[in-house]
Amino acid sequence: MSGPTREDRLERLLGSPGPELTCEECFEQLDRYVELELADAQADEHVPGMRAHLRGCPACAEDHEALHALLAATDAPAAERPEG
Amino acid sequence: MVVGTQSRYGRESASGPGPAVAVAPPHLDGEARRWVQRLRAGADGHEEAVRELHALLLKAARFEVGRQHARRPQFSPAERDDLAQQSADDALVAVLAKLDGFRGASRFETWAYKFALLEAGVAVRRHAWRGREVQLDPEAWGEVAARLQGPDDDAQMRELIAAVQHAIGAELSPRQREVLVAITLEDVPIDVLAERLETTRGALYKSLHDARAKLRGALALQGFEVGAR
Repeated sequence: MSGPTREDRLERLLGSPGPELTCEECFEQLDRYVELELADAQADEHVPGMRAHLRGCPACAEDHEALHALLAATDAPAAERPEG
Repeated sequence: MVVGTQSRYGRESASGPGPAVAVAPPHLDGEARRWVQRLRAGADGHEEAVRELHALLLKAARFEVGRQHARRPQFSPAERDDLAQQSADDALVAVLAKLDGFRGASRFETWAYKFALLEAGVAVRRHAWRGREVQLDPEAWGEVAARLQGPDDDAQMRELIAAVQHAIGAELSPRQREVLVAITLEDVPIDVLAERLETTRGALYKSLHDARAKLRGALALQGFEVGAR
C-alpha cells in the first residue's frame, strides 16, 4: 500500500476553507447522511459541512466509509427522508 | 466506556432508557417506534429486543473488524472476535443510553449501526497501536519542510513549503504544533492520540481545525492560494 503523496500531506496540513461540521455533529448526522448518499438524494445539500469534515478528519472518514460499506453490503433500503 | 458530555458520541441525549413506560416519540415511523418502545426498561419484550439489538450491533462490529483486517491483516481470529464482541457490548450500552436522542432521521438500524462501527473502528486503531510509543516531539515541526520537499519541486512549491514551515513556527502554539505534526505527518490516529492525551476526538480535532485555519490565514496574507486543490 503506497503512502500519501506530498499533495495529500499538504492538504492534511492545511485542511480546506469553508464551514465544516465538528466531530460531534458529524456523528449525529452520519446515519442520515449515508442513507441520503445511498438514495442519491443530494446528501451534501441536506447536510452542509459534512463533506468538508470528512476530508479533514481521518477518523470520521473511516466511520463514514464503514457505514456506507455496511449498508451497501447488507443492501439496506435507503431512506426516503430528505429532511431529518 | 464514558457516556455523556465527554463521550465520543457528541451531544445527543444521554438521559438513559427512561422510566418503565413503553412510550416512543410520536414522530417515529412504525418500525423505529417498535424498536424504541421495546427497548425501554420494563417494556414488554424488552429483553428480547435487547438481544436483537446486540445481534445487530455484533454484525456491524464484525463487519468493521473484518474490513479493517482485510485491509491490513493484523489480528488472530480470536482477537477479531474479542474486538467485535467488546465493541458490540460497548455500543449496546451507548445505544440504550442515547435512545432518547434517536429522532428518526434514518432507519433505527442505521442509527444503531453507527455506534458499533465507531466502537469497532476505535478499538481496531487502538489495538494496532498498542505498545507503540506516540512521540510528541515539540521540535518535530522544524522538519516539516524537509518532509514535504521533493527533488522536482519548482520555485513556487519551494516557496509554499517554506512559508508553511514558517507559519507553523510563527502562528501555532506548541500544543497545536504537536497535534498537527502527530496527526497529519506521523499518521497517529486521532483516537489513539486522544487516548494518550486523555482527551476526546472532538477536542483534538478542534485544535487541529484551528491550527489549519491559522496556517491558511497566514499563507493567504502572503498571497498563496490555499485550499483550492
